[in-house]
Amino acid sequence: MASVAREWREIPGRYNTVGTKCGACGKIYFPARSLCPKCRRASVGKMERYDISEEGEVYTFSVVHDAPDANMRMKPYAVGMVKTTDGVLLTGQIVDIDPHRIEIGMPVRTVLRKIYEDGESGVIHYGFKFVPKW
Amino acid sequence: MVKVGIVSYGAYVPRYRITPEEIGKVWGVDGKGMGRGLYILEKSVPHPDEDVATIATEAARNMLARTSVPADRIGALYVGSESHPYAVKPTATIVATAIGASPRMTAADLEFACKAGTAGIQVSMGLVGSGMAEYAVAIGADTSQGAPGDALEYSASAGGAAYLIGKKDLIAVINKTVSYTTDTPDFWRREGQPYPTHAGRFTGEPAYFRHINAAAKMMMEDVGTQPSDYQYAVFHQPNGKFPTRVAAGLGFTEEQVQTGLLTPRIGNTYSGAVPIGLAAVLDVAKPDDRIFVVAYGSGAGSDAFDITVTDGILEYDRDAAPTVSKLIEDPVYLDYASYAKFKGKIVMQE
Ligand SMILES: [Zn+2]
Repeated sequence: MASVAREWREIPGRYNTVGTKCGACGKIYFPARSLCPKCRRASVGKMERYDISEEGEVYTFSVVHDAPDANMRMKPYAVGMVKTTDGVLLTGQIVDIDPHRIEIGMPVRTVLRKIYEDGESGVIHYGFKFVPKW
Repeated sequence: MVKVGIVSYGAYVPRYRITPEEIGKVWGVDGKGMGRGLYILEKSVPHPDEDVATIATEAARNMLARTSVPADRIGALYVGSESHPYAVKPTATIVATAIGASPRMTAADLEFACKAGTAGIQVSMGLVGSGMAEYAVAIGADTSQGAPGDALEYSASAGGAAYLIGKKDLIAVINKTVSYTTDTPDFWRREGQPYPTHAGRFTGEPAYFRHINAAAKMMMEDVGTQPSDYQYAVFHQPNGKFPTRVAAGLGFTEEQVQTGLLTPRIGNTYSGAVPIGLAAVLDVAKPDDRIFVVAYGSGAGSDAFDITVTDGILEYDRDAAPTVSKLIEDPVYLDYASYAKFKGKIVMQE
């Protein structure tokens, strides 16, 4: 279980798929990085906030049958990699569709959903998931 | 007086549905007849990972998609609901962050049974009208619960809508708002109780009808209008029957009520009900259309609004987000077992 403080620092990336773009080579990173591993020192001070597109298509996925307790009420469910329209690969759950109807290339969009709850009295963690496009 | 009104709006309804017939099967009740009596054909059910924070966020993101107003110019955000995910920890903070409106702003959660969303519109009008905020957001959203087997289980559903209130580039002017408030214990839920309690069937007359009638009449008297002056009327809709009955009593026709009546298709979305109904009207409204709106919240009170659609609606990018009819056109139906699992009505082993 991640600490509440760590979760809190990561909120921009969890709620809104905010990454960074290297001002030197143009590569987009998610989660956000403070240094481009390719350009290294040349990227210092050039890493800019980048709002990743909320639309994309299913790149690959698998169906999870043996779920952790937090997701008991949703299983079986799909976890997939989605290629956004700006070419970034994001990983997350694909919901609001029967997992057996998901196809590679299917258009999806990101939404905010509950990711897990720390029991009945703990913090509720929210983050992005994917649903079929309107 | 400064003109204050609606700059943008957006709605959201979860994808899943259950029918009264399916619920009735489990309890040995004629669910189909029950549904006919309430005029509810099906009701929306939230996915297990949806709650008021996620529903409000979707509605607010749809609202922002239709306007060029940047989120950081929103000075206030209110989420009205009776099913806030936390007892203490505002839903509004989560939504404001998720849409990029925080941190230079004020935010709070509102509660007034089914009219907390329209209460938020009134608060927003005050802030914007006084100049304290350039833009304010009011959201009504709920994931209401009915106890298993209770009459409310046939209607309690989930959904919400968000309104961007401002003074410039209005798609609709709110000419006036008035409220009628009394201390009436028709419906309540004590802290820590999972399901609400209601005072039974008799509550229609002294609660819903009395308050809506009073607020509606006050409004028409104050602005000097009569029902025929309005193209559309939206009334709170705990079921499909009450709003047409209250409308008829006041002199409105079924045609005026039809467009904003969503409960037969999605159930009672509580704080979301009038905001979603108004959204469905704005989806099709034309310049100079006049809209009459009366919300009702148990406990009890009614908020009435007199709204005129402006020419701004012609340039407004309605298609940048789904209309209410688009939102509800492709539902997934659940059997009762899946519904019980979704809603957490099955007690899991720790
Ligand atoms: Zn680089």
